[in-house]
Amino acid sequence: MIMARASNKTNPARELVFGDLWEYDAAPETAAPKLKKRYDLFINGQFVAPKKGKYFTTINPGTEVKIADIALGGAADVDAACKAAQKAFTTVWGPMPGKERGKYLYRIARLLQDHAREFAVAETMDGGKPIKESRDFDLPMAAAHFFYHAGWADKLPYLAAGRQVAPYGVVGQVIPWNFPLLMLAWKIAPALAAGNCVVLKPAETTSLTALKFGEICQEAGLPPGVVNIVSGAGETGAAVINHPLTSKVAFTGSTEVGKLIMRSLAGTEKKMTLELGGKAANIVFEDAPLDQAVEGIINGIFFNQGHVCCAGSRLLVQESVAGEVLARLKRRLATLRVGDPLDKNTDIGAINSKEQLGKITELVKAGVAEGAEMHQSACQLPAKGFYFRPTLFAKVSMSHRIAREEIFGPVLSMLTFRTLEEAVEKANNTPYGLSAGVWTDKGSKILKMSTLLKAGVVWANTYNKFDPASPFGGYKESGFGREGGKQGLMDYCKVG
Amino acid sequence: MSARLTITKTPKCYVGGAFIRSESGRVFELKDHKGEFFANVPLCSRKDLRNAVEAAAKAGPGWAKRTAFNRGQILYRVAEMIESRVEDMAGALMLGGVTKAAAMKEVVAAVERIVHYAGWTDKYEAMLGSVNPVASAHFNFTVTEPMGIIGVLAPDERPLLALVSLILPAITSGNCVVALASETQPYPAILLGEMLAVSDLPGGVVNLLTGKRAEMVPTFATHEHLRAISGAVNAEQRKALRLGAAESVKRVRLWKAEEAVDWESDAMEGLEEIRALVECKTTWHPVGG
Amino acid sequence: MPVAKSPPSFRRLFDDIGTVDAVGIEERVAKYGTRSVKKKAKVFGLRLAVTMVDLTTLEGKDTPGKVASLCAKALRPHDVGEIPPTAAVCVYPAMVRHAAKHVKGTAVRIASVATAFPSGQAPLKTRLAEVRAAVADGADEIDMVINRGAFLSGEFGLMQDEIAAVVEACGAATLKVILETSELETYDNIRAASFLAMRVIRPNDFIKTSTGKTSANATLGNNQVMLEAIRDHFLATGVPIAMKPAGGIRTAKQALTFLIAVKETMGDEWLNNGRYRFGASALLNDLVRQLEKERTGAYQAPWNFSEASEGY
Repeated sequence: MIMARASNKTNPARELVFGDLWEYDAAPETAAPKLKKRYDLFINGQFVAPKKGKYFTTINPGTEVKIADIALGGAADVDAACKAAQKAFTTVWGPMPGKERGKYLYRIARLLQDHAREFAVAETMDGGKPIKESRDFDLPMAAAHFFYHAGWADKLPYLAAGRQVAPYGVVGQVIPWNFPLLMLAWKIAPALAAGNCVVLKPAETTSLTALKFGEICQEAGLPPGVVNIVSGAGETGAAVINHPLTSKVAFTGSTEVGKLIMRSLAGTEKKMTLELGGKAANIVFEDAPLDQAVEGIINGIFFNQGHVCCAGSRLLVQESVAGEVLARLKRRLATLRVGDPLDKNTDIGAINSKEQLGKITELVKAGVAEGAEMHQSACQLPAKGFYFRPTLFAKVSMSHRIAREEIFGPVLSMLTFRTLEEAVEKANNTPYGLSAGVWTDKGSKILKMSTLLKAGVVWANTYNKFDPASPFGGYKESGFGREGGKQGLMDYCKVG
Repeated sequence: MSARLTITKTPKCYVGGAFIRSESGRVFELKDHKGEFFANVPLCSRKDLRNAVEAAAKAGPGWAKRTAFNRGQILYRVAEMIESRVEDMAGALMLGGVTKAAAMKEVVAAVERIVHYAGWTDKYEAMLGSVNPVASAHFNFTVTEPMGIIGVLAPDERPLLALVSLILPAITSGNCVVALASETQPYPAILLGEMLAVSDLPGGVVNLLTGKRAEMVPTFATHEHLRAISGAVNAEQRKALRLGAAESVKRVRLWKAEEAVDWESDAMEGLEEIRALVECKTTWHPVGG
Repeated sequence: MPVAKSPPSFRRLFDDIGTVDAVGIEERVAKYGTRSVKKKAKVFGLRLAVTMVDLTTLEGKDTPGKVASLCAKALRPHDVGEIPPTAAVCVYPAMVRHAAKHVKGTAVRIASVATAFPSGQAPLKTRLAEVRAAVADGADEIDMVINRGAFLSGEFGLMQDEIAAVVEACGAATLKVILETSELETYDNIRAASFLAMRVIRPNDFIKTSTGKTSANATLGNNQVMLEAIRDHFLATGVPIAMKPAGGIRTAKQALTFLIAVKETMGDEWLNNGRYRFGASALLNDLVRQLEKERTGAYQAPWNFSEASEGY
């Protein structure tokens, strides 16, 4: 330890043994997800069959077994949803006093808590994330978003001093597959609190919890048309974005699709909020609390299999502790449990889709081909399902693809730096600017880094923290607009 | 005795704190409202825009680092400089055919607008930023930061007030601006440059170009170093700007030039305008020991 | 020692050993609590925990009779179910010779809290004499307290010299160095004190959290900080140090969570009672109770278990 700090050498006298002396037995979550065999579109308060009668299959990426048929919404369905939303806005939701709107949001929050376990299981089955994350993070956080925004509904005049705020009307929202229900909550809660009605398109591979959310809306007695969920593919999303009745659109997803949306709306006056990709730098200084930094690095890249737009995928370590950090990371990697997402002890679950697994595999191959040094956990992977070993690349340079492209998987690229300026330069040397991490024991250095980093969220001595009260969103090609906090709510209000 | 031959002024653009002609050597004739030749104005090219962006990039970090108090004093100084040459500026506006009274009204409104923003520099942060009560052992706060270099496209009418209304909220928070002046009435922008030059505003913080909007819009649209576009343009140009903006996810804030914009209205100034041109940055830190 | 006259500062020590972020470490250990240990793994963990218990009585009212029944319990924690014996009994020095009558020659070792436990506020000479007496009476293990005053005032040399003197007095007996974490207050201090102690004790001697006599005792947080210190010391020097959380661990569920921390921080080689102990009394009965539940499938009433004692 002492020598390791003093020099860059790590030559431990011995290594720890993480064997199978005490292996956990399978601990599958057994709560019923209460799923239907077929899910229709949720439009105007009712589940309705898609007009063209088409359905697609959603599978469990952890087992490749089919879960249900999901309605494929077409342009006509989107049109019906937008009209229902517009009608609800003009007749019910718009005129409703904020206090009343707020109470519906409180109800939704409570109902999500009531059904939390069932939703968590459904989320894990549909998306592949470990049950402990859907149970301990996605669900509580989704409910928290509704609670937080419920309280705003009757306080909108406080948002913009001296100005009138008003809802846009119908908001079109398209969300990604990495946090299906949570992203829905991030989108719907502020929109509704501000007095808008929504038409939301969930991601193709993860529609289940969004459609189950329709059941929550029914249970809450939410007026028909306030929330409409239209499942489908990219074209369905495009129809939502481009529908003349959606006066504001909010999208979370890739920068590539974000740009497509910007282009498709170029001839309109629609307002937009875009939360796009990232390639966050997680910067570790020599004086950092190293064990907590290692936890933060692990949490930063392996949380949700790395399917996180703000994942700390570029690790920048000060040269003097690079060897030590690498050794600790490798040791920590050995104790990560990869496998059945429904097992309560699983740390890393299944990759969301075969397609995504392919992308990750390809970029990792590129990393190897470009000469980076790869370390992978030696864990056993299940025979069926889409899995990828937690992967760590050392000796990565800024020009490598794995240092520049968003991998959206459990793959960490480690680079080194010598000075604060070099760290900042490397961190900012990307078209993205969503988030960054800083690890140091020195307070003034944290504030300096936070000032210099071009990123919408800076986690200092922590990583991947979220809260409904905390605005989230990016600089540069990571998008614009914020979600969470008063800043996020403002993006759902017209200021007159 | 013959009348003294007057010295005519060659209008130049204010870029990087210097007065320049277009690198292209091009000019266009500016006529007064009676159709009589007034001057040759630089017909700036896309390369002039590029150079102006470089100048802004140089000035940006220093400007953003100035204390809010100092920025406020400098903006107030800008107002002083215009106020002291009200008559000249009114004359520049009258070239476009407005009455003396109307011209004076516009100059005064512009000065008042600048003073309004001078007072915002050390206050907007308290309104737009926040300390966020997160449900964990972390101190969490949101501050705003300037976006960087803002491209401004002024409309033809209200050549001073609209231009100033678009520039001021940008520089109040520490952004730098590259602005294209009114195409039909560029002369007030030329004068504004001269007034900025003798204010304490560092060179490069505001860069003023003259020229043809249609020619310049594509470069404003696609220049990736510009982080936002703020302006009043026609429908076709709005679309072009937004299409270009998509390539680098640029922020776009546009008014419709084809509709009357009440630039004098109080609604055209203030916090919302500043908010449109800042980024929010949220920092988390554990509260531990 | 050829060192500067001024005592080494905390700053220099932290530059050497690194610091701990309090919120981060608490987030880390909270995750251990979400592990689900079922079936065979649970039985294994519970039995392992039984073998790690230093079954303790440290009361002013302790008598030879009380110690006798403690020893009986340690040797045979339950009358059915083939529960293994505990690692040791832990008693005051005056009780060592009584314990010896019951457990000498068995698998159960005798541990004794010497060095003016729990405050340590006696002259060094007295403390060392107490250690020697306990060893002479048959103690296999000595649980000492560090000089917290010396530590907190930066007199690290004094603190370490005293530990070294106790090591010598122990002879062949194993030493457990109690940091009394609640009096050190911060995780940084706990890490610092761990390193100072580890540098002067022998392989497989212990560092231990608490006396059990203050308001706060073993927590997952300070257990983790000490385990990580042990790990770093081991990886740097090859010297394995053992760990003993003590006080406040009363339920089987808690014990399993501590063991999960050991498994995931230290690996297999620390999952034995040579390297990890629990200083506890009530814990044993809950472990046995849960083992019986696993064996019989029925939840057990507390009165089925002997010596259902309270307190540390």
